[in-house]
Amino acid sequence: MMQTRARRLAVAAGMALMAVPLMIATGTTGGPTAAWGQGRSDLVIGMPLEPPHLDPTAGAAAAIKEVTYANLFETLVRIDASGAMVPGLAQSWTVSADGLSYRFALRPGARFHDGAPCDAAAVKFSLDRARGAESVNAQKGYFAAIAAVETPDPHSVVVTLSRPDGLFLFHLGAGDAAIVSPASAAGNKQKPVGTGPFKFDRWVAGDRVVLARNPEYDGAKPALERVSFRFISDAAAQIAALKAGDVDAFLQFNAFEALPEFRNDPKFTVTVGTTEGETLLSINNARKPFDDVRVRRALAHAIDRKTLIDGVLYGNGVAIGSHFPPHRDGYVDLTGLYPYDPAKAKALLAEAGYPNGFDTTLRLPPPPYARRSGELIAAMLAEVGVRAAVEPVEWAAWLEKTFKGKDFDLTVIAHTEPLDIDVYARDSYYFNYRNPAFVRLEEELNRTQDAGRRKALYGQQQRMLAEDAVNGFLFMLPFVTVQNAKLSGLWVNRPVQANDLTGVAWK
Amino acid sequence: MLAFALRRGLTLALTAWLASVVVFAALELVPGDPALMMLGVNAQPDTLAALRAQMGLDAPPLDRYLRWAGGLLRGDLGTSLTYARPVADLVAERLVVTLPLALLSLVMSTAAAIPLGLLAAARRGRGGDWAVLGFAQIGVALPSFWIAILLILVFSVGLGWFPAGGFPGWEAGVWPALRALILPALALAIPEAAILARVTRTALLDTLGEDHIRTARAKGVGRAAVLLGHALPNALLPVATVLGLQLSFLVAGAVVVENVFTLPGLGRLLYQAIGQRDVIVVQGVVLLLAVFVVLVNALVDIACAAADPRPRALS
Repeated sequence: MMQTRARRLAVAAGMALMAVPLMIATGTTGGPTAAWGQGRSDLVIGMPLEPPHLDPTAGAAAAIKEVTYANLFETLVRIDASGAMVPGLAQSWTVSADGLSYRFALRPGARFHDGAPCDAAAVKFSLDRARGAESVNAQKGYFAAIAAVETPDPHSVVVTLSRPDGLFLFHLGAGDAAIVSPASAAGNKQKPVGTGPFKFDRWVAGDRVVLARNPEYDGAKPALERVSFRFISDAAAQIAALKAGDVDAFLQFNAFEALPEFRNDPKFTVTVGTTEGETLLSINNARKPFDDVRVRRALAHAIDRKTLIDGVLYGNGVAIGSHFPPHRDGYVDLTGLYPYDPAKAKALLAEAGYPNGFDTTLRLPPPPYARRSGELIAAMLAEVGVRAAVEPVEWAAWLEKTFKGKDFDLTVIAHTEPLDIDVYARDSYYFNYRNPAFVRLEEELNRTQDAGRRKALYGQQQRMLAEDAVNGFLFMLPFVTVQNAKLSGLWVNRPVQANDLTGVAWK
Repeated sequence: MLAFALRRGLTLALTAWLASVVVFAALELVPGDPALMMLGVNAQPDTLAALRAQMGLDAPPLDRYLRWAGGLLRGDLGTSLTYARPVADLVAERLVVTLPLALLSLVMSTAAAIPLGLLAAARRGRGGDWAVLGFAQIGVALPSFWIAILLILVFSVGLGWFPAGGFPGWEAGVWPALRALILPALALAIPEAAILARVTRTALLDTLGEDHIRTARAKGVGRAAVLLGHALPNALLPVATVLGLQLSFLVAGAVVVENVFTLPGLGRLLYQAIGQRDVIVVQGVVLLLAVFVVLVNALVDIACAAADPRPRALS
C-alpha cells in the first residue's frame, strides 16, 4: 500500500518537474506585468562585465568607458551614435593648415560634479597627465604626438603637435581622453567626478553602479533621473533578468541562440548593430610555416566565413576581407579575394612544401565568440590537412603569452579599438607583420587631412593586408541589444566604447 | 583544554602560512601580469612600467611577499591591485552577502534534512524511507547551478516573486536584501539537504542497532522516545561533522551559484581576482578561508567532544 502511494507520489513529482520548462516555453505562467515601462524615469541597463574601477583614463577595460563615457565624464570632442565627431566640452575647434596646431573653445558653463570649473587649466592638466611620465593611460599612444598644451585664456586651449596625426581629434573623442579635475582625479577610480549630465551615486561592488541626473549640468538635461548598470556575465542569467524585468535592456547580449524568442515577444525589441571589432584568426607571421604567404593564403581559402557566422553568431554578423569595418568611410570589399575553396588551399599548401599539411596550435581566449570560432576553424583547417590543437586559456595568460610574449601559432581575437588598422604599421606587434610599404602608407595617412585622399590610402592599406593574407579576416562582431519595447534612444551601433544614455527615454 | 587550544592555534598559524606561500608561488609561476590586464592590448612599455611601479610589482618576489606578510602582522591585508581599495573592505563587502547566504542555506538544509532523516529511519524499508532516499538520490545528482536556473525560471520569470539575480545591498533594506538571497540559498540547500538527510538516516540506523537502544526498548521506552531521545543525540555527531564541511564549502565553493544569481559573494571575488592576477586579493581571501575552515573544524571538534565523552576519556 505504502509502496504504491510512494510510486504515485514519485510519478506526480516527476510530471511536475517536466511541466516546468513547458510552462516557461508556452508562457502560461503569470509573469511580471506591473511597471513594464509606464511613466518611469529610471533605467536599469544590463551589461556582461563589471568595470574594475571607474577611471576611464587609467584602464583598458571597455566596461569602464561603457559606464562613464558621455554619461559621467565628457571629452573635448564627442563621438555620437553615428560615429561622427561632434562638440563635447569643446564647443568648437580649428586646425592649422599644417595640421600641427589645434585650438579648442571650451563650453564656458561646464563644471565638475564637485563644483570646480572645467576650464582650460583642467583640460591642460588632463592632457598632460595622460601623456606624462607617470601616466598609466591605456591609450597613451593617442597623446604621443602632443608637444605642448597652452591656455591663452580660461576658455581656450591650444594643442601643438610635434608631427601630424590624422586621428588626433578622433582619439580625443575616446573615453581615455576624458577631462578630469586636478582636485579629484586621484579618487576617480572609486568616486568618479566628471562634468557629464549624470553623476556618480553608488557602486554596489559585484552587482551595480548607479548614476543620478546632474541638476547642475550646463547642457540639455537627460530624461532619465536614475540609471543603474547591472553586471551579469552568465548567459542564462542575462536571459532570466530580461524576462523577469530586472533589467530594461541588455547591451552586448551574446546568447545569440535566444534572440528568436525575444524577437517574437512584443514586449521586447532586438537590435543588431555594428561594433568596431574586427574578429581575426591572428597568425604569427614570423613563425614557420606561417612566414610563407602561400600558407597564409591557404588558411584564408580553408575558412568558410558563412558557416562560421552561422555557427558562432547565428547569422548575426558581417564577413570581412581585411582589417576594416564595412560601415566606415573608406571600406573596400575584399571578401571575394579568397573564396572558400579547400582544394585550392590544399594545392597552395603542397606548393609551399606541405602536401600532407602540418601540426599547429590554436590558442583561444575566454570570450564565447573566440571559443566557438576556434572550434569551427580547427575543424575547417583539418579538412585541408592542417591539424590545429585547440588550447583554451584565460585572459591573463593570453595577454602574457600571445600578446606580450608573441609566443603563439594561431589565435582568435576581435580587435575592438576604432580605426586601428595602424597596428600593422607598428615595429613590434604580436602578429609580427613587417612591411615597409605599409608603414609608408601609414605615415602618409598621418600627414593627410584631405578626406578623399585618406579614403584612398585606407583602401590601399586594406588591399595590402588582404593580399599578404596577414591574418585570417573573419567577421565583424555585432552589437546586439535586447530592450524593453517602450524604451527609445539607446544606441543601435557602438562606434566607440560607450553606452551613451543621455538621449534615452521611456515612450 | 589548554593543550587543545595550543595545538589548534599552531595548526591555524601553520595552515595560514602554508596557504599564503602556495598561493603566492602559484600566482608567480602562472603566466599573467596584473598591470597588463589593466592596460590591455595598446599598452606601451613605459606605461606598463609606470603602472607596475605604482602597484609595487617592480620589487623582487621575495620582497613583495615579505612586505605583504609584514603588513599582515600589523593587521593590514593590503590594497587590491585591480580595484585600488583595501582588501579588508572588499572582503567585508562580500562577507555580508556570503555569510548570510551560507547561514540561510545551512538553516534551510538542516531544517529539511533532520526531519527527513528521522522519517526515513523510522520508516526503514517502507514508503517514507523510499521517498526520502529518492529525494536524496536526485538532490545529490542534480548540479546546484541547474537547480538555480530552474528556480529562476519558476519563481522569478514565471511567478515574479523573487528577483532573477543581483543583490541590492543591505542598505536597500532587510527584506529586499533577504529576498535576493532566498532562491540562491535554496539552490545551495537542496543538494546539501540531500546529503545531510542520508547521513542522518544512516547514522540513526547505525545507532538504532546498538545495545543501549535494545536495552532502552526492553525497558519499555516507546519507539518515538527512543528515536528522539536516545538515537538522535548519538547520531548528531556525524551530522555535525558533515555540517562543518558543508559550511566551509558554502563560504568558498558557492561561486557557481553566485554566478548564476550574479551575487557579489566571496567566491566570485576570489574567482575574479585570480582572473585578474590580483595576488593581494587572492592571498587575503585564501588566508581568510583557511582560518575559517580551521576554526569551523575546531568548533565541530569541540561540539563533538562536548556531546561525546569517549575521546576525552581516551586522551
